[in-house]
Amino acid sequence: MTIETSDVLGHFGQYGGRFVPEALIGALDELEAAHNAAKVDPEFQAELAELHRTYTGRPSIITEVKRFAEHAGGARILLKREDLNHTGSHKINNVLGQALLTVKMGKKRIIAETGAGQHGVAAATAAALMGLECVVYMGEEDTRRQSLNVARMKLLGAEVIPVTSGSRTLKDAINEAMRDWVTNVATTHYMLGTVAGPHPFPTMVRDFHKIIGEEAREQVLALTGKLPDAVLACIGGGSNAIGIFHAFIPDTAVRLIGLEAGGDGVETGRHAATITGGSAGVLHGTRSYVLQDENGQTVESHSISAGLDYPGVGPEHAYLHDIGRAEYRAVNDDAAMEAFALLCRTEGIIPAIESAHALAGALIVGKELGPQATLLVNLSGRGDKDVQTAAEYFGIPL
Amino acid sequence: MSTPLDLVFEKTRAENRAALIAYIPAGFPSQSGCAKAILTLADAGVDAIEIGYPYSDPVMDGPTIQEAAEISLKGGTGSADVFAALKTASSTGVAAVVMTYWNPIEKYGVDAFAKSISDNGGSGVITPDLTIEESGRWLEATSKYAINPIYVVAPSTGDARLAQVTSKTGGFVYAASVMGVTGARTNVSVDASELVSRVKKTTQLPVSVGLGVSTREQAKQVAAYADGVIVGSAFIKLLLSAKSEQEGLDAIGALAKELALGVREGR
Repeated sequence: MTIETSDVLGHFGQYGGRFVPEALIGALDELEAAHNAAKVDPEFQAELAELHRTYTGRPSIITEVKRFAEHAGGARILLKREDLNHTGSHKINNVLGQALLTVKMGKKRIIAETGAGQHGVAAATAAALMGLECVVYMGEEDTRRQSLNVARMKLLGAEVIPVTSGSRTLKDAINEAMRDWVTNVATTHYMLGTVAGPHPFPTMVRDFHKIIGEEAREQVLALTGKLPDAVLACIGGGSNAIGIFHAFIPDTAVRLIGLEAGGDGVETGRHAATITGGSAGVLHGTRSYVLQDENGQTVESHSISAGLDYPGVGPEHAYLHDIGRAEYRAVNDDAAMEAFALLCRTEGIIPAIESAHALAGALIVGKELGPQATLLVNLSGRGDKDVQTAAEYFGIPL
Repeated sequence: MSTPLDLVFEKTRAENRAALIAYIPAGFPSQSGCAKAILTLADAGVDAIEIGYPYSDPVMDGPTIQEAAEISLKGGTGSADVFAALKTASSTGVAAVVMTYWNPIEKYGVDAFAKSISDNGGSGVITPDLTIEESGRWLEATSKYAINPIYVVAPSTGDARLAQVTSKTGGFVYAASVMGVTGARTNVSVDASELVSRVKKTTQLPVSVGLGVSTREQAKQVAAYADGVIVGSAFIKLLLSAKSEQEGLDAIGALAKELALGVREGR
């Protein structure tokens, strides 16, 4: 099965495209041209590969988690260890690529949005490495939930601007970053952290993350002699998921399962499960699924995981959902935290709460598929940043 | 077929002056206050009124319009209130349009939205985040209901792209005077006059300048080279800072009268 997932205007079926002020079209065209040139430039690719080898720590390993798998009906479970990357998550893959493009475009300043702080930390890291000025927009609510990451970004030399408009979370941080970009577009690159936003972001960010699935596919084949039965990943904007899914899209026997943040439960309305509980619409420059009301106003999302707390999702996921190539399910806060605790105690690995949603999905899908099945799970980040949230959740005094 | 907006520009061209276009969000400062503001602006001599559709994620707007949108949304403003405000405006005899981000149109229904604009006496819609590449269904709808599709161009828009955008535009071309979000500014950038002259090389349509105009003197300066002067944040600031609704209405009426003089002094 070959799927043509993007046209020249950045559409994935009816999704994607560009819904932005005309002021940004020039910058998006410039970025698209730089990305297209870089894709076929052996020098750029070699430079990025060398950075990944000597700085990111790629290839990331896969780890078989046998004690954890005993709780998943005995299915074989392999974790792709993006948590072991420098800065602690998959986000570094994208920021190094975009930072190199920023330098190629001759821009000296980057701006970024962040929810959990993972992308903000990664962006601040890449900026420090390449000598770029870095400003990170972060919802005020998230600066409270993720104060450790705020300090990390500041240590790395970035300016962190708390955003006090709207729901004071990731969505509003993106609004504020876009306002900055409209104003400073001539000197500034917007280092968007997920596979959403206007074309070329969904395609470009996916291209920088697809190394996850390319490595994992080889690693699973080498270890087990066959492809996995299912690949699982958590979905906020969807960057780690598209990264691990992409190499498997032609392998139609491999199920691709995205786990959205169910919050208190999709039925309560307090969730961030955009595909499961939303509808088609436009947010932040792209058409995809959106959590919205009858007037097209964005509805606030809710999740214990700041990184998944977003009322939109990347357009390629919307498309993969509609054509039936990938399936999307919601995992509630409680189920994610149960899986979080289980991985800690059975394997000695503290996952990011985001990634714990994928682990919770594996516990369910493993039981559905039975002991003969092999599941590949993207452990997209580590949980150091979540210790405070987890301690509060489990009643551990700090 | 000409819309009331088209006729406004025919008239102002005949009078050798620029048109004054005022922006007010629906449901702001309140549902009844919005209707009063519209009547006040029309009485004070504005030529056209833009009714803003308050939106949860206004990425093109600065803090002033964001605050007004939040107040309006907290007051429960929805599509019915936007069309009611449009009808109030068009009933006064000024040309009336809606300015909205794209998603509320898509959610309402593209064809249905254009029809409701027409049914309520509206001349057209300004769509600041709709690119021409994504406009297929919208242009069919605006053509079907004979309303103006008004696009926004920016100083960064290249000449080839300007020609593409203005070829799809009706009513007037909205020239954003500066790179940035909405809000009153001390200086309306020199970029604005350059942009207007570049736009005029691509189209016979009137060109109106927005983003940053707040005084009679600025209106006069812009009116020297543009066909229309758009003022939004300056009115909203007055309404936000007034001690009472009536004080706010008096203040915007007084400013609108000053600006109406300004657009007649430019040439």
